[in-house]
This record gives sequence, C-alpha cells and structure tokens, in this order.
Amino acid sequence: METLESTVLAQPFFAGLDPGIAALIADCARNHSFELGAYLFREGDEAREFFMLREGDVALEIQAPGRPTLVLSTTQAGDIVGASWLVPPYRWNSDARARSRVRALGFDAACLRAKCDEDPRTGYAMMKRFAPLLVHRLHAAHLQLLDVYGRTAPA
Amino acid sequence: MSVDPYLPLAYRVIAVRQETADVATLDLLPVGAAIPEPAPGQFAMLYVFGVGDVPISVSGAPVEGAPLMHTLRGVGPASRAITRLRPGQELGVRGPYGTVWPVAEAEGHDVLFVAGGLGLAPLRPAVRQVLANRERYGRVSLLYGTRSPQDILYREELAGWRRMLDVQIEVTVDRADASWRGAVGVVPDLIPRACFDPASTIAMVCGPEVMMRFTVLALQAAGLPFERIFVSLERSMKCGIGLCGHCQFGREFVCKQGAVMRYDRIAAIFTVREI
Amino acid sequence: MAETGLPKIGSVLGLDGLQALIVALAARGREVIGPVEREGAIVTGRISGIADLPAGRTDRQEAGTYRLADRGDGALFGYAVGPHAWKRYLHRATETLFRVRRIGEELAFDAPREPPPPTAFIGVRACELAAMAIQDRVFQGGPYLNTEYAARRSQAFLVVVNCGDPAATCFCTSMDTGPRVRAGYDIALTELLDGRHEFLAEPGSDAGAALLAYLPTRPVAEADWQAADAVAARAAAGIRRHLPAAGIKDALQHHPEHPRWDDVAERCLACANCTLVCPTCFCSTVEDRSDLDGAGAARVRRWDSCFDRHFSYVHGGAVRTQTRSHYRQWMTHKLAHWWDQFASSGCVGCGRCIAWCPVGIDITAEAAAFVEGEAHGDA
Repeated sequence: METLESTVLAQPFFAGLDPGIAALIADCARNHSFELGAYLFREGDEAREFFMLREGDVALEIQAPGRPTLVLSTTQAGDIVGASWLVPPYRWNSDARARSRVRALGFDAACLRAKCDEDPRTGYAMMKRFAPLLVHRLHAAHLQLLDVYGRTAPA
Repeated sequence: MSVDPYLPLAYRVIAVRQETADVATLDLLPVGAAIPEPAPGQFAMLYVFGVGDVPISVSGAPVEGAPLMHTLRGVGPASRAITRLRPGQELGVRGPYGTVWPVAEAEGHDVLFVAGGLGLAPLRPAVRQVLANRERYGRVSLLYGTRSPQDILYREELAGWRRMLDVQIEVTVDRADASWRGAVGVVPDLIPRACFDPASTIAMVCGPEVMMRFTVLALQAAGLPFERIFVSLERSMKCGIGLCGHCQFGREFVCKQGAVMRYDRIAAIFTVREI
Repeated sequence: MAETGLPKIGSVLGLDGLQALIVALAARGREVIGPVEREGAIVTGRISGIADLPAGRTDRQEAGTYRLADRGDGALFGYAVGPHAWKRYLHRATETLFRVRRIGEELAFDAPREPPPPTAFIGVRACELAAMAIQDRVFQGGPYLNTEYAARRSQAFLVVVNCGDPAATCFCTSMDTGPRVRAGYDIALTELLDGRHEFLAEPGSDAGAALLAYLPTRPVAEADWQAADAVAARAAAGIRRHLPAAGIKDALQHHPEHPRWDDVAERCLACANCTLVCPTCFCSTVEDRSDLDGAGAARVRRWDSCFDRHFSYVHGGAVRTQTRSHYRQWMTHKLAHWWDQFASSGCVGCGRCIAWCPVGIDITAEAAAFVEGEAHGDA
C-alpha cells in the first residue's frame, strides 16, 4: 500500500529528500480531492494548509469589485499551490480554484512550520526547495508585468 | 542583377482580416510581375503610397499562386497605413528577403515552435510546411504565449492544428479573466509541458526580444544546445537589401544574415544592451 | 608599377601638359572635379584649368583642427586631404530612388534613370582610391546592386595624385592604403618639385594610356622615377600616427562593455561629423514625399549616420539611445565588423575623422587603448 511517506518521496518537488525528513513531513500531510470549481482556499482566509497537486489544474484568482474575476496564474500536476503559509500573517493572498477534478497532497502549515523550527535540517531542506520555486514565480510575474506583447507606444 | 532592387512591384489587396484590435492580415496578389515565392522565415518590404515602407514577415505558406499573406500590427505611420488598406487598393512590394526557418534541417527531428504575441505570424509558414509533410518529423509541438485571450492570432487554425491529434498545441496568456479556461503564465513555463527529446529537437522561436531571451534560457535549461535553437530578429530597415546599414546587429545584417538566425551565432551579443 | 616587377611605363607632363589634361577631359564631355580652396578649406569642385587649383597651399591638421597655410612654393597638390570625400559624387547625399503615380486605386512605379554625367576626378589620393574600392564592395559586391553608385562609378575617370605631404592626422601606412597608389586608377601623377615643376604620369588603364598618348609629354628618365620614389618615401616618413591593425578586431568585438566606451562617450557630441567626412561611411535613409495633389509621390534616399538618435528606431523606440552606444557602433563597425562583412577594414587611414571631430577624438588613440587593454587582459 502506498504510504503518505512514499507519496511524498515520489513527488518531483521532494526528489532527493532524506527519508527521515520525508517521514516527518508526511506526518503533516493528508490526501485531498476537489471537484471542478471548488476552492482550495480563498483570499483572506488563514493559510492552514498548502497543496502539492498530484492531478488536475488550479487557477489563482483575484476578485475585484466591478471587474471580472482575474486569473493571476495557473498551476498543474507537480506544482505547489500556496506560498503565504511561509510568512506571517499566514493569510492567503488570492483564491485558488480547481479548474478540473483535483487530487492533491495537503500539508498542515502549522505542523510543518513547527517541524522546521524543531529540526534545522528539516527546515533547511524545506527552504532549499521553496526558495527556487518562489524566485521562479517572481521572475515569471516580472515577465507578465513587462507586458511584452502589449501595444507599443505610438511613434 | 539588372533589376532595380529599389523599385517595388505593384500588388493589390484582395482581402483584409482584422485579427485583433490592432493586428490585421492582408492577402495580396501581384498586379503584373510577382516577387519570387517567399520561403518560411522571409520578409518583404511593403510600401504605402507617399508614406514609406516597412519589413513585414510573410505569414503565408509557400504555395504556388497563393496570395502573399502578411499579418502585421499598426504601430508606426507606414504599418498603420497598411492595416487600413481596403480590398482593391494597391501597395508596393519588394522581396523576398532574408534567411529561412530550418524546416529542411529539422527533418528527422522533433520540432518545437515557441511563439510570443505577433511572433506566431512569421512562424506560421514554417508550421504549415512541417504539418504538410508531417511524416518527415518526429514530435511536433507549438507553444504560444500572448497578452490576453483577445490577442490570440489564427484561433481557428490553432484549433484545427490541435484537432490533428499528432501535434501538441499549448497556449498561455499573460493576463485573463476567469472566462478563459486555459493557462495563465509566461510562455517559457510551457516548455516543461512539451513532449520533445532534447537530444534531437530543433526549436524555432519568434516573439518580442525579451520573450526570446527568456525562452532561450528555458530551452537551454531543458537540454537544448544553442546550435539547435533558431530565433528571428527585428531591426530598423530602410532598404532590406544590405545597403542602408540600419539593420546591423553586431556584425550581422538582419536583412542578410537574418532575420532567422541560429542562436549560437549571436549568443554573445544577444544580451548586450544597446548593441 | 615598380612593385609588381613589370616594366615601368610612364611619361612626364609639364604644367602645360596638366592644363591640357584637364582641358582634354572637359572636351570629351566630362565634368572635371578637382581640389579648390573655398571658405578656408581645400574641398572639391568643378575646375576648368590649373588656375583653379590651390597653388602653393597646404593643410595643417591635428585632432579637431584644420587650417590652411602657404607653402612658399607653387605646388598644386601640396596638401593631404580636405573634408570632401569622393563619395559625394558617387553615392550622392540625396538621390531619387523612384517615383510613383496613383491613378484611382492603382499605383504605377517608375525609376527614371537619367544616365549620370561622365566625370573626371583630379587629385584622388591613394587612401581615397582605397575607400572607393571599399565602397565598390559594399555597393556592388552583394546580391543587390546600388544601381546609382554603379552607374556613377563606371562613368568616373580617375586621375590620382600620389601624396608627398601627409598631414599629422594621416595614418594610411597602418591601413596599407598608401601613401602610394597601386592599382585601380586611370592616370597616376606624382608632383615633382625638385628644382622643376613637372608630373610623372603613369597610365593605369587603357583609357588613361590613350589620353596620355594624346597629351604633350616628354619621355621619362631614371632620375624621374627616383624623384617619384623620393616623394613617396618622404610621405611615408612623414606619417606620425599609427593604428594597431593587428588585434584591433578582436579587441573591439570581444569588449562591448569596455570602460573605454564610457570614456569616449564623455567627450563625443554625437554630432556625426566623422560619418559625414569618412570616405567609406555608407549608411542612408529614405524619405517619402507626396505631391500636393496627392497623385504622385517620390522616394528619396539620403545620407544617414549611426550617430543619429533615430537611426536604430524600431516600433516604439531606438535600440541605441546613448552616445556610448553610437560611438561603439561606429568604431566597432569601422575597424572590426567590416572585416566580417566586406573582407577588409572599413578605415583607410585618411585621418579626416580626427581633424573634423569638434572635440578631437582620435580613432588611433582609441584603438590603441583597446588593444593595450586586450594585451593586459583588461575588461
């Protein structure tokens, strides 16, 4: 039977993780299933759990009054959804909505933060994986912000 | 060459299709003599009476007798004037000029097209030529990123390519509202989704220079060497025939050694500011 | 010429012979253009005889400086080079490319080509001849021909005059373009002022030989050849500036971010003088002009400069916006990229850019700075 621990180790995001640390992390994890259109979390809510997508697509969205719902970015199997759990005040910055049926590993944020505090090796292993992810997202956001395809200024 | 290379040939506008708010596609037929058949990747200098001329990539596939097809955005006096032409009006055409996409060289390989914004227009002839000879290629993928769902070019054609089942089409936009059910994000992030063997893939990339810069980095990270990545450049042109000096990019004349260039040739200067 | 090992062919013209040469060329329907003094400089203009030439005048040139002075003798070609390059007659400052008429929705394109008037250039220097050969490759060496240039070039009769008095700004020896001409002319003259005033004349083409046969000349003697050699030797010895030809290409192409570019940018005004006086600069732009009634339009090509801030404009902005980028483009193209594009340097060592730069930027000094930096592994 596939254990949570082996599931964690099987995710590309956790590739090369020390099995002992994987076991610690797996303690904070549980499986989730979301229907099409369901919210994984909503903007402003406490960031209690973040998700590693195993199957399906998720969109990060923002609702603004008087405007249609805006999509910030879309994520799919293998991606991590949610970074606000890392930093106070631990509140979600956007909605995360399932664009299809979604299966995900959910990680209890408080549980994981506590394990990181207790064991620096665990903490460092987590930070080493999350830092590149956040930097990559920042760069992508920059590129989106540049509006490189946009209409250029009149001559 | 005894023909005067500065003298345009008269072409008539047969049809105009508004693709997006500021992008139009024109179909042209020669009034008298025609330019030689353009190969995928080449461009023509399109002249508007009394306004000027601009280099515009050919967007149509090389089929004998087919109209000359150009998709362009109106950004300056000449290009705006061209997008406002109506069927029956005439313009001047010189060409075709420039280098070609490595459609022949890619036979026997996987092919990865990466297009950004209006960059899909110069790639279209290469895509059509590859798909017309599908059996000569391995896996074929087209990754296309643009500003928003309203800016997607050649929508029906993209859908048609996707329906071919043996072509992978991935589309993303920089921004959208939730009525868009597709991907939102930057085009380099589509690369991990594409199916290709980095040891035997030819990539053809076209779009704004910033997008090409980041796409090349992502392709390199995916295992493609610069010798198998091709980009298409754009520079100011006042002649298109190597005599005015404007289009120089380092030692290269974009009208002669380009617009399509193999990336290893220009890797060293591609990231130099204001070169 | 002596260097080729072939028998030396020549004759000697007196002042009357030179006068007869100019008159004969005009009589054959050529527009004769030669050196004339105008507004404090020796420029080029129409001449009808030796009386129009800048007799007894010489130029004193340095970085940012050009002055004329008296020589104290009657030399007719006793100067180096002035601000006019011969490109002004071959690749003209403005040229109509075509006209177009609009009739209803139809366009009718027309390229009226009046055959250019035959010309004769008197007083072309070796460096200038080398510059013409370079522009020949630019305009006639590719798949598309600059038709106007080709027509004017084929109609030009060239009477070169070997240099005897280089300016301080000259560096033809570094670029292997002078001081003596080798080939590519119709007649080569060397002014001999050793107690006499004569010209050693060497034919360089059948047309040149035919014209010389028609003129009053006397047979050349060994002493005349030696006198001509002495003129060339004096010219070579008088060269004060040098450009490090070896290594400059790599030094420039490998260092687009060299701090020297910032250094020269502090001084450069981007005034484009260097590109105007340079005999090989060829960049152009086009202007489209419509008639008032809207029924006709014309496209005119005119000189342009890579220092112009709109030069690299492409949808929305210029690629090169800073003076640093303009200067880098000009110098790297001239001394480095030109080799890749046209199989030679773009510079002939005439020194005009040094003299006519209002702030005296010296391309030989800049080149030396880059080459020295490369040798020390800088940047």
